[in-house]
Amino acid sequence: MTDRALVVVRAGALTTVQDRGRPGYAHLGVPRSGALDAPAAALVNRLAGNGPDAAVLETTLDGCAVRPRSAVVVAVGGAPCPVAVGGRPAPWGAPVAVPAGELLEVGSARSGVRSYVAVSGGIAVEPVLGSRATDLLSGLGPAPLAAGTVLPLGTPVGPHARVDVVPQPSPPAELVLRVTLGPRADWFTPAAVRAFTSRAYRVSSASNRIGLRTEGPALERALPGELASEGMVLGAVQVPPDGRPVVFLADHPTTGGYPVIAVVRAADLPAAAQAVPGIPVRFVAVRRR
Amino acid sequence: MPTAAITPLTVHPVGDDALLVEVGSGAEAQALHAELLRRRAEGSLTVREIVPAARTVLLDGLDDPARRATELAAAVLPPAPPGTRAAIELPVRYDGPDLAEVAVHWRVTEREVARIHAETEFTVAFCGFAPGFGYLTGLPARYDVPRRATPRTVVPAGAVALAGPYTGVYPRSSPGGWQLIGTTEAVLWDHTRVPAALLAPGTRVRFVPVAEA
Repeated sequence: MTDRALVVVRAGALTTVQDRGRPGYAHLGVPRSGALDAPAAALVNRLAGNGPDAAVLETTLDGCAVRPRSAVVVAVGGAPCPVAVGGRPAPWGAPVAVPAGELLEVGSARSGVRSYVAVSGGIAVEPVLGSRATDLLSGLGPAPLAAGTVLPLGTPVGPHARVDVVPQPSPPAELVLRVTLGPRADWFTPAAVRAFTSRAYRVSSASNRIGLRTEGPALERALPGELASEGMVLGAVQVPPDGRPVVFLADHPTTGGYPVIAVVRAADLPAAAQAVPGIPVRFVAVRRR
Repeated sequence: MPTAAITPLTVHPVGDDALLVEVGSGAEAQALHAELLRRRAEGSLTVREIVPAARTVLLDGLDDPARRATELAAAVLPPAPPGTRAAIELPVRYDGPDLAEVAVHWRVTEREVARIHAETEFTVAFCGFAPGFGYLTGLPARYDVPRRATPRTVVPAGAVALAGPYTGVYPRSSPGGWQLIGTTEAVLWDHTRVPAALLAPGTRVRFVPVAEA
């Protein structure tokens, strides 16, 4: 039997194993986790011939480098970046054959934040509650990659996709997030709700897999005091005491005590995952479907 | 025992496919949670997550949130059925560093804190903060205590702690601001075990003092 594994040569700033996460355990305090840019993770899996539940690598800003011990097909997507195999340039957004022992280099993102690397057979670390995702809030799943980490690979299930290179997304000038107001918009002054949906915010460099933090006008509360802890959803825009909205991403806590002024449309969250610190953010109120 | 809701439920839409149902008390939240679990079990409610909390239950991933909101606003809540499963017993040593401070808040001796706490039957009202961390209710309101003014940077796994109306047990070492009154050897969370969480919402809990070594 061949040694189906991936050796991490350069871990990058933060590279984690991700899949579709572990929904269904929020009542036990377990975050859903999973790839922040889920459509990008699904696309690289398809390109590499994997099923939708296969685990992939999620990089942060500066990519990573890995060496497979056996021949594999890989696909790199999400944030556009240079790709090289054995020192030679290889396509982004397409199936790429990597011979056994050759180095796959995923470079720094040209735009966006998170690139995704699918490997034929998927990353086959032991699942926790049905998922291989690294959850940085609660520490479930495998630790973030480090140089020398050896990741087991699964058995390929199908041929890689026969496609041309997928189009690279162009870097957005600003992040526009459609929101439905509530459930706690009434905890803020009408002026604060207007400011939230009309003024410009910027993506804060303190953003992470737990939340997209913003800088901008502080939102003034109409009601003082503490909200009793309540359940939180993906995309909830929570407003902590400093008044700056935080958009909850995949590793968000399952309950929280700061009021949620609005919830971001699920379809807009992949863009939030790719928003580089410093770019403008606008929250646009839309009607509930 | 929780009683039937006399106040109507308040239903807040949350995004496009979730509802936050608000009630007047923790007991009503537990009754609502039990009723929603019953409806899911019988197949009349399709939802990805049912997340109880202090005075709310979140329904996330609903098939038809607008219709469910109408149904829930008209619902009359039956009292939570009495738990049929025996209480989980957690062995405890009442040796926490904040035992003296809690005794001052309670206006009793440290020994009395241990006795009162060990004689209380608790219920896991909800979970959060960390996988396997339960917010346990059962102490009378006069025993509410504030959080520590300065949270500890490290609270050891197994620490039994109080804050507000709740008792909690830290499933793993983490920062924390609760008042530490004791220690348990019980493993609150083990993802290789089925079930991984010892405490789930609705679980009844008793703390059983172990003899000093």
